[in-house]
Amino acid sequence: MPEATLTGVERIAVAFEAARSEGRAALMPYMMAGFPDHESSLAIAAAYADSGADLIELGVPFSDPLADGPTIHAAATAALGAGATLGSALEVCGSVSDRLPVVLMAYVNMVLAHGGAAEFARRAAAAGAAGAIVPDLPLGEAEEVRAALAAAGLALVPLVAPTTPPERRARICAVARGFVYVVSTVGTTGERAELPAALADLVAATKAESEVPVAVGFGISTPEQAAEVGRVADGAIVGSRLVRAAAEAGSPEAAAEAVGAFLRETRVALAG
Amino acid sequence: MSAVEERFGPYGGRYVPETLIAALDELTDAWAQARDDDAFGERLAQLHRDFIGRPTPLYRAGRLSERVGRTVYLKREDLAHTGAHKINNAIGQGLLAQRMGKLRVIAETGAGQHGVATATVCALLGLECVVYMGTEDIRRQRPNVERMGLLGAEVVPVEAGARTLKEAVSAAIRDWVANVETTHYVIGSVVGPAPFPALVRDLQRVIGDEAREQALAAEGALPARLIACVGGGSNSIGIFTPFVADEEVALIGVEAAGEGLESGRHGASLLAGRTGVLHGSLSAVIADEEGQILEAHSVSAGLDYPGVGPEHAQLRDSGRATYTAVTDAAALAAFGELSRLEGIVPALEPSHAIAWLLENGGGEGYDVLCLSGRGDKDLAEVMELTGA
Ligand SMILES: Cc1ncc(COP(=O)(O)O)c(C=O)c1O
Repeated sequence: MPEATLTGVERIAVAFEAARSEGRAALMPYMMAGFPDHESSLAIAAAYADSGADLIELGVPFSDPLADGPTIHAAATAALGAGATLGSALEVCGSVSDRLPVVLMAYVNMVLAHGGAAEFARRAAAAGAAGAIVPDLPLGEAEEVRAALAAAGLALVPLVAPTTPPERRARICAVARGFVYVVSTVGTTGERAELPAALADLVAATKAESEVPVAVGFGISTPEQAAEVGRVADGAIVGSRLVRAAAEAGSPEAAAEAVGAFLRETRVALAG
Repeated sequence: MSAVEERFGPYGGRYVPETLIAALDELTDAWAQARDDDAFGERLAQLHRDFIGRPTPLYRAGRLSERVGRTVYLKREDLAHTGAHKINNAIGQGLLAQRMGKLRVIAETGAGQHGVATATVCALLGLECVVYMGTEDIRRQRPNVERMGLLGAEVVPVEAGARTLKEAVSAAIRDWVANVETTHYVIGSVVGPAPFPALVRDLQRVIGDEAREQALAAEGALPARLIACVGGGSNSIGIFTPFVADEEVALIGVEAAGEGLESGRHGASLLAGRTGVLHGSLSAVIADEEGQILEAHSVSAGLDYPGVGPEHAQLRDSGRATYTAVTDAAALAAFGELSRLEGIVPALEPSHAIAWLLENGGGEGYDVLCLSGRGDKDLAEVMELTGA
């Protein structure tokens, strides 16, 4: 199995390349580790891998998630209430990381609190993670964490926002590893009826500056929206919509079934 | 043009979503220019004098001095318009919002003093005002909620977590992330991402600048001790700043010990917290070993916060300032004692500073204590808690 010898950074590249070779954007569903409970989140991760996900974005629950809207905030609160820790989140990661690349979405306090960035990188790598997105670690604060992750072969995936000035966007792209995460809208995570008209231009400008793939997240709530994003970007990230599906299901099996059905439909839409 | 600090030793920084970075850069530039701009300075000075009523008096508290066995002066921020030091910051940031062309202003509030101050400034300047406030604080600071409504502000109740200041700040930051192009966030203390800790300190140092001049005029020598309560840390940093270079002046910050530091129910980030990130800056935070932020507790809504400004963390580490903490019970007792001794009803927040002083009298020199606000807002809550 040659995959095992690849670094996290390389595994992300392979996953995007595989989707590209099929003529479609990569599908990257988000989930909250430990939500609604640990069992269910293991079932959801497996369902993601079974239902057409190319990569998984795995949220590490944090008490004060400033980039998240009500759905994911509530999921984090519930996961912590159900006893989730960084350790249990990394178990969820380890349960699927041999099947597809897992990128951790962890707030900076989660990265720093457990003995510092190097220790976080070591533990993430041991759980098979391919990289991390740290939504409250913008360019200018990220050097130490980026270096620590890189030393473990992991990607620090930076975010670009609609409010990011072009000159800064170029500097972000220059240090990006894995992929660049384009935030679709000015706002926090959450389902949105429509994506902004200016998104295509933002993605095109980012792609022109980036050597790594460009994926879009925040607000994508339907297979059609994912397809719309897939026509311009290298990847589509679906978050709150899936977290809501998990919240509404009554059991681990029902949660797995609900998110699986949504992903299969989205994969078809992306291929169209 | 001098730089606006981003870091205080290892503390501070800008740990926020990328969406906010451009606005923080804009604010940094706007402040660096405004504070060197004579016209801005004159407008601020005029409002200090004619609207806030500055300088606030430095009052020699005779009966209190007798009680503690040393001379004590109170810096009377309770006499500032709207009843607390919070207006010093709100007015400066309101002018700055206007200068940046941002006509919608948001704020968080705990005790309601910062919300009232911001609502007042928005009325003065014709700005739209939205204030986030936890529902527990809405309950215990009712008079201030009514004042904000009267002043034309919208108060948005926040239901998350313990429904206090931490969640109000989080809700305000999320609003700012969504509306950053049209909105200025008037943060209420020396917390948050850079440039806020430096900006709010610069706007609050008027307390210390005035107190230094008044104290020298009254006593012909510098005070031995400055005493102030520490929530987010703005009234304390405001009075400390002009004295930091005077090594002989002890700087004493009083945090909320709540039900006792051992109880885990307190607001003492500097004394009993860890290094971590809350609301955009690295500082002392009350968190568990997993890095999850814990709920703070204090009888005073303004000190009921699990974080503190990054400059205080630096002053603690360097040893230049000393931090201590006072329980709910001691603060409540001091609230009554100052009222009876001096005819001044303090807010519950500076009642913590008074309580520390009551326990630490005697000795050489004299003290200046920052009486950061008046206690009208707290009366109903104190009556309920003390059964008076
Ligand atoms: C009267 C008064 N003092 C003190 C505080 C605590 O804030 P800071 O530490 O920023 O001065 C507050 C906060 O609401 C307040 O209303």
